Amino acid sequence: MILSGNPPRGKLLTALLILVVVVLALAPFLFPGSKPANVAAKICVFALLVASYDLLLGYAGIVSFAHTMFFGIGAYGIAITLYALGPSWGAMALGLGAAVVVAAVFALAIGLFSLRVQTIFFAMVTLAVASAFAVLASQLSWLTGGEDGRTFRVPEVLRPGFRLIENGPFGITISGRTLSYYLVFCSVVVLFLVMLRIVESPFGRVLQAIRENPFRAEALGYRIIYHRTLANVLAAVFAACAGALNALWLRYTGPDTSLSFNIMIDILLIVVIGGMGTLYGAIIGAALFVLAENYLQTLMGAAFGALNASGAGFVANFFNPDRWLLWLGILFILSVYFFPTGIVGKLRAEPKS
Amino acid sequence: MSAIDTGAALPQQKTDYIPVLLPIALALLAFPLVGSFSTWTTLTLAGLAMGMMIFAMASGLTLVFGLMDVMNFGHGAFVAVGAYVAVVAFAPMGALMQSPSLAANLMALIPAMLLAMIVTGVAGYVFERLLVRPVYGQHLKQILITMGGLIVIEQLLYATFGPQLNPLPLPAALRGSIPLGAAAIEKYRLLAVVVGLIVFLALQFTLTRTKLGLLIRAGVENGEMVEALGYRIRRLFIGVFMAGSALAGLGGLMWALYREQAHASIGGEMMVTTFIVIIIGGLGSVGGCFIGSILLALLANYAGFLAPKVALISNIALMVAVLLWRPRGLYPVTSR
Repeated sequence: MILSGNPPRGKLLTALLILVVVVLALAPFLFPGSKPANVAAKICVFALLVASYDLLLGYAGIVSFAHTMFFGIGAYGIAITLYALGPSWGAMALGLGAAVVVAAVFALAIGLFSLRVQTIFFAMVTLAVASAFAVLASQLSWLTGGEDGRTFRVPEVLRPGFRLIENGPFGITISGRTLSYYLVFCSVVVLFLVMLRIVESPFGRVLQAIRENPFRAEALGYRIIYHRTLANVLAAVFAACAGALNALWLRYTGPDTSLSFNIMIDILLIVVIGGMGTLYGAIIGAALFVLAENYLQTLMGAAFGALNASGAGFVANFFNPDRWLLWLGILFILSVYFFPTGIVGKLRAEPKS
Repeated sequence: MSAIDTGAALPQQKTDYIPVLLPIALALLAFPLVGSFSTWTTLTLAGLAMGMMIFAMASGLTLVFGLMDVMNFGHGAFVAVGAYVAVVAFAPMGALMQSPSLAANLMALIPAMLLAMIVTGVAGYVFERLLVRPVYGQHLKQILITMGGLIVIEQLLYATFGPQLNPLPLPAALRGSIPLGAAAIEKYRLLAVVVGLIVFLALQFTLTRTKLGLLIRAGVENGEMVEALGYRIRRLFIGVFMAGSALAGLGGLMWALYREQAHASIGGEMMVTTFIVIIIGGLGSVGGCFIGSILLALLANYAGFLAPKVALISNIALMVAVLLWRPRGLYPVTSR
């Protein structure tokens, strides 16, 4: 019920998902320290962000390159209000509300403007709009802080210095940072379940029908433009929420953490490798990707060092940790070819007829 | 029995001149705003030069789309490859580049351009075979795969040449500017305009005066019919794809020289601009792409002078304005 009649299907997949969710739920206690906390929070944020993108790509069959724009709108919404109005819950709510409204309006405008035509056109228009937005955000420094971004203070309860429980039973300490983490985690869980509900609703079914055969869906009486635009708006709103959570966790918003095209590429990689059109792919993909980003690069660094030492200078360049996108890009292309449904699609048992 | 007058000329399609007038109107409109004649001349020439380079990069993209319904999101990669070919090719030709004589400079520049076009043409062939061919007709996969191709090529360039900016000094005789009255005209921009015009005229000639061009244009309008008449549109397409990649490489080389630096990120940067240009021009239309490039570059230059903050969004504003007027671009060629 809580999964909206859309269970993961497949024992291994279920086990993996439970493992990821349980580890994330207990992360602050299992792995104390700031790096694991950052990794766990990033997994949560990206799971939400990628799932919202999957709503578009996997379910509606629309390729958008403006998803970071909505992510950025959420992040800047929180950053600007908290920076200007000071650290209060009211300012946070205002920022989130404003961001959601702005994201929805933008998504609606772009959708009405360009979703009538085919996929390619929409992809190109979103790419152009997103790049213009990124330039604007980095130039309007009076509002956004320009390239430096905005560092802001969060409400008292969420600050690292705050202690809810100091040396409680089993020696646990619950600090403001832990509370922040749980704010992120719980919001992501709730929003993810809402998305699961959406894709299993009649609306979600129609989206999939349009993806599979737009002419037939239209012939059956569904207005394609309405459904696609609504999907675009929903995805934008969820992305804005993800951006807001990310900003809250980092207590900072800047072009690099919220609007850069690299994030868009990360989203694409995760959604394709994790599995398009499954939503669960977002969780698995985000977990794998963020872990790899943080720990695999160390491994590549070791290989790089070893190769460099052995005198294979040119070959070594390909194993430079900075070049890890090269390998991910190749993996990405291969998975589009051979596993279009990604990891989740492979693990998922075929539904019984 | 109806008599068919075989001697009568075929009905001519009316040529739509309004888009052609747009850049001229824009230039005239900007004149009173800019005020001084010399500044206006400099800006206009800068705009034309930039427009020509953008056109070189974008023309292949729009043709490929028109012909085969393939939007290559990896097109920018060829631009970057062209820029790096310049770095490699100029390295052993230092003496020619430093020589103050224009002839010596051109002896370095022209082979480098040809080399850039050959390298990117071959790269285009490989790219088409490996990445584009398996996903024909599947737009979603096409976009994803070609995007993946862009990432991989960009990273390969970084891995081979390092992540740093590669300085790319202009040949000696092309530095500086020619004074024309009070206006200063940068020499390199003149060269860019000349090269761009050659590319445009060569394309126009091929497309409108040769049989090959006839087939390409027919393929853009109705590929199945061309195939039914016994032409191998696949082969035509690979040729156009390679030519388009080669033009992107040429544009990349010119652009890198213009900026006097080469970096793999120019691929991604220029991709957005070329997309806007071909959307403005109408997907598939070379003429529209030419007008779109010049319009965009002129506007960017005027806006950069008159209101630098506005210039940041002038591209997107232009695109929106054009699409509001003609939702499928200046010259809607394809019905897609």
